[in-house]
Amino acid sequence: MAVEEGLKIELGKQGVFVTTIEELYNWGRRSSVWPMQFGLACCAIEMIATTMARYDLARFGAEVFRPSPRQADLMIISGTVTKKMAPQVVRLYNQMAEPRYVIAMGACAISGGPFKQGYNVLKGIDRYIPVDVHIPGCPPRPEALLQAFITLQEKIDGQSLTGENRPRHLNADAPGEFPVPVQGEHDLEPPANKNVWTVPVVIR
Amino acid sequence: MNSEMASNPYFSLAVLFAVALGFGLTPLGLAWLWGKLVSPSKPNAIKNAIYECGLESKGDAWVQFRSAYYLYAIIFLIFDVEAVFLLPFAVAFTGLGLQACVAMLVFVLLLIEGLAWAWAKGVLVWA
Repeated sequence: MAVEEGLKIELGKQGVFVTTIEELYNWGRRSSVWPMQFGLACCAIEMIATTMARYDLARFGAEVFRPSPRQADLMIISGTVTKKMAPQVVRLYNQMAEPRYVIAMGACAISGGPFKQGYNVLKGIDRYIPVDVHIPGCPPRPEALLQAFITLQEKIDGQSLTGENRPRHLNADAPGEFPVPVQGEHDLEPPANKNVWTVPVVIR
Repeated sequence: MNSEMASNPYFSLAVLFAVALGFGLTPLGLAWLWGKLVSPSKPNAIKNAIYECGLESKGDAWVQFRSAYYLYAIIFLIFDVEAVFLLPFAVAFTGLGLQACVAMLVFVLLLIEGLAWAWAKGVLVWA
Protein backbone atom coordinates (compact mmCIF):
# COMPACT_ATOMS: atom_id res chain seq x y z
CA MET A 1 0.00 0.00 0.00
CA ALA A 2 1.34 3.36 -0.99
CA VAL A 3 2.23 5.93 1.63
CA GLU A 4 0.24 9.16 1.51
CA GLU A 5 1.94 12.09 -0.18
CA GLY A 6 1.72 14.38 2.89
CA LEU A 7 3.10 11.73 5.22
CA LYS A 8 5.91 11.05 2.78
CA ILE A 9 6.96 14.70 2.73
CA GLU A 10 6.74 14.84 6.53
CA LEU A 11 8.92 11.73 6.83
CA GLY A 12 11.35 13.18 4.30
CA LYS A 13 11.79 16.24 6.50
CA GLN A 14 12.73 13.93 9.38
CA GLY A 15 15.29 12.15 7.19
CA VAL A 16 13.21 9.07 6.45
CA PHE A 17 12.71 8.26 2.80
CA VAL A 18 9.98 5.87 1.80
CA THR A 19 9.25 4.72 -1.69
CA THR A 20 7.60 2.00 -3.70
CA ILE A 21 9.26 -0.34 -6.18
CA GLU A 22 7.28 1.38 -8.89
CA GLU A 23 8.67 4.80 -7.99
CA LEU A 24 12.18 3.44 -7.63
CA TYR A 25 11.90 1.73 -11.00
CA ASN A 26 10.57 4.84 -12.72
CA TRP A 27 13.21 7.00 -11.04
CA GLY A 28 15.89 4.67 -12.35
CA ARG A 29 14.40 4.63 -15.83
CA ARG A 30 13.97 8.37 -16.16
CA SER A 31 17.36 9.22 -14.68
CA SER A 32 19.38 7.09 -17.08
CA VAL A 33 17.85 7.61 -20.49
CA TRP A 34 20.77 7.23 -22.84
CA PRO A 35 20.16 8.72 -26.28
CA MET A 36 21.49 7.20 -29.44
CA GLN A 37 24.26 9.07 -31.21
CA PHE A 38 22.30 9.69 -34.33
CA GLY A 39 21.72 12.96 -36.13
CA LEU A 40 19.82 13.41 -39.36
CA ALA A 41 19.96 17.08 -40.35
CA CYS A 42 20.32 20.60 -39.00
CA CYS A 43 18.34 19.78 -35.82
CA ALA A 44 21.25 17.52 -34.90
CA ILE A 45 23.39 20.63 -34.42
CA GLU A 46 20.89 21.88 -31.82
CA MET A 47 20.89 18.41 -30.26
CA ILE A 48 24.69 18.53 -30.00
CA ALA A 49 24.46 22.02 -28.49
CA THR A 50 22.01 20.64 -25.92
CA THR A 51 24.55 18.09 -24.76
CA MET A 52 27.32 20.66 -24.39
CA ALA A 53 28.20 22.70 -21.32
CA ARG A 54 25.84 25.62 -21.95
CA TYR A 55 22.63 23.59 -21.92
CA ASP A 56 24.05 20.45 -20.31
CA LEU A 57 21.70 17.56 -20.96
CA ALA A 58 23.83 15.64 -18.46
CA ARG A 59 21.86 17.30 -15.65
CA PHE A 60 19.00 14.94 -16.54
CA GLY A 61 21.11 11.79 -16.76
CA ALA A 62 21.21 11.68 -20.54
CA GLU A 63 24.74 12.71 -21.36
CA VAL A 64 25.91 9.34 -22.60
CA PHE A 65 25.23 9.26 -26.31
CA ARG A 66 25.67 5.64 -27.33
CA PRO A 67 27.07 4.81 -30.74
CA SER A 68 25.11 1.55 -30.88
CA PRO A 69 21.33 1.02 -30.70
CA ARG A 70 21.88 -1.97 -28.38
CA GLN A 71 22.92 0.35 -25.55
CA ALA A 72 20.59 3.24 -26.24
CA ASP A 73 17.17 3.99 -24.72
CA LEU A 74 16.17 7.13 -26.55
CA MET A 75 16.10 7.88 -30.23
CA ILE A 76 16.07 11.59 -31.01
CA ILE A 77 14.88 11.95 -34.59
CA SER A 78 16.78 15.16 -35.13
CA GLY A 79 15.96 16.42 -38.58
CA THR A 80 14.52 15.64 -41.97
CA VAL A 81 13.72 11.99 -42.54
CA THR A 82 14.02 11.41 -46.26
CA LYS A 83 12.30 8.42 -47.78
CA LYS A 84 15.75 7.05 -48.50
CA MET A 85 16.67 7.26 -44.81
CA ALA A 86 13.35 6.16 -43.28
CA PRO A 87 13.99 2.37 -43.57
CA GLN A 88 17.32 2.80 -41.79
CA VAL A 89 15.69 4.83 -39.01
CA VAL A 90 12.99 2.19 -38.50
CA ARG A 91 15.56 -0.60 -38.55
CA LEU A 92 17.68 1.21 -35.95
CA TYR A 93 14.60 1.67 -33.79
CA ASN A 94 13.91 -2.04 -34.08
CA GLN A 95 17.45 -2.84 -33.04
CA MET A 96 17.23 -0.81 -29.84
CA ALA A 97 16.69 -2.75 -26.65
CA GLU A 98 13.57 -2.14 -24.55
CA PRO A 99 12.67 0.16 -22.90
CA ARG A 100 12.99 2.55 -25.80
CA TYR A 101 11.60 6.02 -26.39
CA VAL A 102 11.44 8.37 -29.34
CA ILE A 103 11.56 12.15 -29.46
CA ALA A 104 10.65 13.58 -32.87
CA MET A 105 12.57 16.83 -32.98
CA GLY A 106 11.67 19.62 -35.34
CA ALA A 107 9.11 20.34 -38.02
CA CYS A 108 10.58 17.82 -40.48
CA ALA A 109 10.60 14.89 -38.10
CA ILE A 110 7.05 15.49 -36.93
CA SER A 111 5.42 16.35 -40.26
CA GLY A 112 7.86 16.78 -43.12
CA GLY A 113 8.19 20.48 -42.35
CA PRO A 114 8.99 22.75 -45.29
CA PHE A 115 9.43 19.65 -47.46
CA LYS A 116 5.94 18.31 -46.74
CA GLN A 117 4.76 18.95 -50.30
CA GLY A 118 7.89 17.38 -51.76
CA TYR A 119 8.23 13.89 -53.15
CA ASN A 120 11.19 12.59 -51.17
CA VAL A 121 10.62 13.48 -47.53
CA LEU A 122 8.66 11.37 -45.07
CA LYS A 123 5.71 13.31 -43.67
CA GLY A 124 6.48 12.52 -40.05
CA ILE A 125 8.40 9.59 -38.57
CA ASP A 126 5.34 8.70 -36.45
CA ARG A 127 4.02 6.93 -39.54
CA TYR A 128 6.37 4.04 -38.79
CA ILE A 129 7.42 4.14 -35.14
CA PRO A 130 5.63 5.21 -31.97
CA VAL A 131 6.79 8.70 -30.99
CA ASP A 132 6.65 9.70 -27.32
CA VAL A 133 7.25 13.43 -27.61
CA HIS A 134 6.91 15.73 -30.63
CA ILE A 135 8.70 19.10 -30.64
CA PRO A 136 7.84 21.71 -33.25
CA GLY A 137 10.38 24.29 -34.41
CA CYS A 138 12.74 24.77 -37.31
CA PRO A 139 15.02 23.92 -35.65
CA PRO A 140 13.80 23.80 -32.03
CA ARG A 141 16.09 25.59 -29.63
CA PRO A 142 18.07 23.49 -27.14
CA GLU A 143 15.62 24.62 -24.45
CA ALA A 144 12.83 23.02 -26.49
CA LEU A 145 14.72 19.73 -26.58
CA LEU A 146 15.26 19.96 -22.82
CA GLN A 147 11.54 20.61 -22.43
CA ALA A 148 10.80 17.54 -24.56
CA PHE A 149 13.20 15.50 -22.48
CA ILE A 150 11.58 16.63 -19.23
CA THR A 151 8.18 15.82 -20.74
CA LEU A 152 9.46 12.33 -21.53
CA GLN A 153 10.70 11.98 -17.96
CA GLU A 154 7.29 13.04 -16.66
CA LYS A 155 5.69 10.48 -18.96
CA ILE A 156 7.99 7.76 -17.59
CA ASP A 157 7.26 8.87 -14.04
CA GLY A 158 3.53 8.58 -14.62
CA GLN A 159 3.67 4.96 -15.76
CA SER A 160 2.84 2.07 -13.48
CA LEU A 161 4.30 -1.41 -13.25
CA THR A 162 1.03 -3.20 -13.95
CA GLY A 163 -2.31 -2.45 -15.52
CA GLU A 164 -3.32 -0.48 -18.58
CA ASN A 165 -0.83 2.31 -17.91
CA ARG A 166 2.22 0.08 -17.90
CA PRO A 167 5.05 0.88 -20.30
CA ARG A 168 5.20 -0.96 -23.59
CA HIS A 169 8.18 -3.12 -22.69
CA LEU A 170 6.35 -4.62 -19.69
CA ASN A 171 3.39 -5.56 -21.86
CA ALA A 172 3.83 -8.97 -23.44
CA ASP A 173 1.16 -8.22 -26.05
CA ALA A 174 2.67 -4.93 -27.21
CA PRO A 175 4.49 -5.29 -30.53
CA GLY A 176 8.26 -5.57 -30.38
CA GLU A 177 8.84 -5.42 -34.11
CA PHE A 178 7.91 -2.53 -36.35
CA PRO A 179 7.98 -3.41 -40.05
CA VAL A 180 10.76 -1.76 -42.01
CA PRO A 181 9.40 -0.08 -45.16
CA VAL A 182 10.99 -0.79 -48.52
CA GLN A 183 11.42 1.47 -51.52
CA GLY A 184 8.46 0.91 -53.84
CA GLU A 185 7.92 2.19 -57.34
CA HIS A 186 6.54 5.57 -56.26
CA ASP A 187 6.67 5.64 -52.48
CA LEU A 188 7.73 3.66 -49.46
CA GLU A 189 5.87 0.37 -49.13
CA PRO A 190 3.81 0.41 -46.97
CA PRO A 191 3.28 4.22 -46.79
CA ALA A 192 2.53 3.95 -43.05
CA ASN A 193 2.37 1.38 -40.28
CA LYS A 194 -1.37 0.96 -39.64
CA ASN A 195 -0.82 -0.16 -36.03
CA VAL A 196 1.10 2.98 -35.16
CA TRP A 197 -0.46 5.67 -37.31
CA THR A 198 -3.90 6.18 -38.78
CA VAL A 199 -4.84 8.68 -41.40
CA PRO A 200 -6.15 11.69 -39.48
CA VAL A 201 -9.65 12.78 -40.36
CA VAL A 202 -9.61 16.35 -41.63
CA ILE A 203 -12.79 18.22 -40.76
CA ARG A 204 -13.45 21.03 -43.23
CA MET B 1 38.18 -22.77 14.64
CA ASN B 2 36.42 -19.44 14.14
CA SER B 3 39.03 -17.45 16.00
CA GLU B 4 41.70 -19.31 14.06
CA MET B 5 40.13 -18.23 10.78
CA ALA B 6 39.67 -14.64 11.94
CA SER B 7 43.26 -14.39 13.06
CA ASN B 8 44.51 -15.36 9.62
CA PRO B 9 46.21 -12.28 8.10
CA TYR B 10 44.31 -12.86 4.86
CA PHE B 11 40.91 -13.01 6.56
CA SER B 12 40.11 -9.33 5.99
CA LEU B 13 41.16 -9.67 2.36
CA ALA B 14 38.81 -12.62 1.91
CA VAL B 15 35.95 -10.63 3.46
CA LEU B 16 36.67 -7.67 1.17
CA PHE B 17 36.81 -10.00 -1.83
CA ALA B 18 33.45 -11.55 -0.95
CA VAL B 19 31.86 -8.12 -0.50
CA ALA B 20 33.33 -6.87 -3.80
CA LEU B 21 32.05 -9.95 -5.60
CA GLY B 22 28.60 -9.50 -4.09
CA PHE B 23 28.62 -5.80 -4.95
CA GLY B 24 29.21 -6.64 -8.58
CA LEU B 25 27.04 -9.73 -8.92
CA THR B 26 23.98 -8.64 -6.96
CA PRO B 27 22.85 -5.91 -9.41
CA LEU B 28 23.47 -8.26 -12.31
CA GLY B 29 21.43 -10.97 -10.62
CA LEU B 30 18.65 -8.54 -9.75
CA ALA B 31 18.57 -7.25 -13.32
CA TRP B 32 18.40 -10.80 -14.64
CA LEU B 33 15.63 -11.65 -12.18
CA TRP B 34 13.72 -8.49 -13.11
CA GLY B 35 13.98 -9.36 -16.78
CA LYS B 36 12.75 -12.89 -16.12
CA LEU B 37 9.84 -11.91 -13.88
CA VAL B 38 8.54 -8.59 -15.18
CA SER B 39 9.90 -7.69 -18.58
CA PRO B 40 8.90 -10.07 -21.36
CA SER B 41 11.58 -10.61 -23.97
CA LYS B 42 10.50 -9.95 -27.54
CA PRO B 43 13.24 -10.96 -29.91
CA ASN B 44 12.75 -10.69 -33.65
CA ALA B 45 14.75 -11.08 -36.83
CA ILE B 46 15.48 -7.36 -37.28
CA LYS B 47 16.49 -6.89 -33.65
CA ASN B 48 18.84 -9.86 -33.72
CA ALA B 49 20.34 -8.87 -37.04
CA ILE B 50 23.89 -7.55 -37.29
CA TYR B 51 24.14 -3.82 -36.53
CA GLU B 52 25.51 -2.02 -39.54
CA CYS B 53 24.47 1.60 -38.97
CA GLY B 54 20.89 0.79 -39.88
CA LEU B 55 21.67 -0.87 -43.18
CA GLU B 56 21.17 -4.52 -43.90
CA SER B 57 24.48 -6.33 -43.84
CA LYS B 58 25.35 -7.80 -47.21
CA GLY B 59 27.85 -10.46 -48.20
CA ASP B 60 30.37 -12.33 -46.13
CA ALA B 61 32.78 -10.76 -43.68
CA TRP B 62 35.37 -13.47 -44.42
CA VAL B 63 36.97 -11.81 -47.44
CA GLN B 64 39.96 -13.60 -48.97
CA PHE B 65 43.01 -11.82 -50.31
CA ARG B 66 45.24 -13.31 -52.99
CA SER B 67 48.33 -14.82 -51.41
CA ALA B 68 50.32 -13.68 -54.48
CA TYR B 69 50.28 -10.18 -52.97
CA TYR B 70 53.26 -11.25 -50.84
CA LEU B 71 55.46 -10.32 -53.81
CA TYR B 72 54.32 -6.71 -53.58
CA ALA B 73 55.12 -6.79 -49.89
CA ILE B 74 58.64 -8.05 -50.55
CA ILE B 75 59.32 -5.45 -53.26
CA PHE B 76 58.04 -2.75 -50.91
CA LEU B 77 60.37 -4.05 -48.23
CA ILE B 78 63.37 -3.79 -50.58
CA PHE B 79 62.84 -0.07 -51.12
CA ASP B 80 61.69 0.60 -47.60
CA VAL B 81 64.66 -1.02 -45.84
CA GLU B 82 67.01 0.47 -48.38
CA ALA B 83 65.78 3.96 -47.58
CA VAL B 84 66.11 3.32 -43.83
CA PHE B 85 69.79 2.37 -44.25
CA LEU B 86 70.62 4.91 -46.95
CA LEU B 87 69.45 7.92 -44.97
CA PRO B 88 71.96 7.67 -42.04
CA PHE B 89 74.59 6.62 -44.58
CA ALA B 90 74.03 9.78 -46.59
CA VAL B 91 74.03 11.96 -43.46
CA ALA B 92 77.39 10.56 -42.25
CA PHE B 93 78.86 10.23 -45.76
CA THR B 94 81.66 12.78 -45.44
CA GLY B 95 83.06 11.16 -42.29
CA LEU B 96 83.11 7.59 -43.62
CA GLY B 97 86.06 5.57 -44.84
CA LEU B 98 86.46 3.36 -47.89
CA GLN B 99 85.40 0.23 -45.99
CA ALA B 100 81.99 1.65 -45.07
CA CYS B 101 81.40 2.77 -48.68
CA VAL B 102 82.21 -0.71 -50.00
CA ALA B 103 79.93 -2.33 -47.42
CA MET B 104 77.08 -0.01 -48.39
CA LEU B 105 77.75 -0.61 -52.09
CA VAL B 106 77.49 -4.38 -51.55
CA PHE B 107 74.25 -3.91 -49.66
CA VAL B 108 72.72 -1.69 -52.35
CA LEU B 109 73.90 -4.00 -55.14
CA LEU B 110 72.34 -6.99 -53.37
CA LEU B 111 69.02 -5.15 -53.21
CA ILE B 112 69.35 -4.08 -56.84
CA GLU B 113 69.94 -7.70 -57.76
CA GLY B 114 66.74 -8.62 -55.96
CA LEU B 115 64.92 -5.87 -57.84
CA ALA B 116 66.37 -7.05 -61.15
CA TRP B 117 65.25 -10.59 -60.35
CA ALA B 118 61.73 -9.40 -59.53
CA TRP B 119 61.66 -7.26 -62.68
CA ALA B 120 62.73 -10.21 -64.84
CA LYS B 121 60.07 -12.33 -63.21
CA GLY B 122 57.42 -9.81 -64.26
CA VAL B 123 56.31 -8.83 -60.76
CA LEU B 124 56.47 -5.12 -61.54
CA VAL B 125 53.75 -5.46 -64.17
CA TRP B 126 50.59 -4.33 -62.38
CA ALA B 127 47.83 -6.32 -64.01
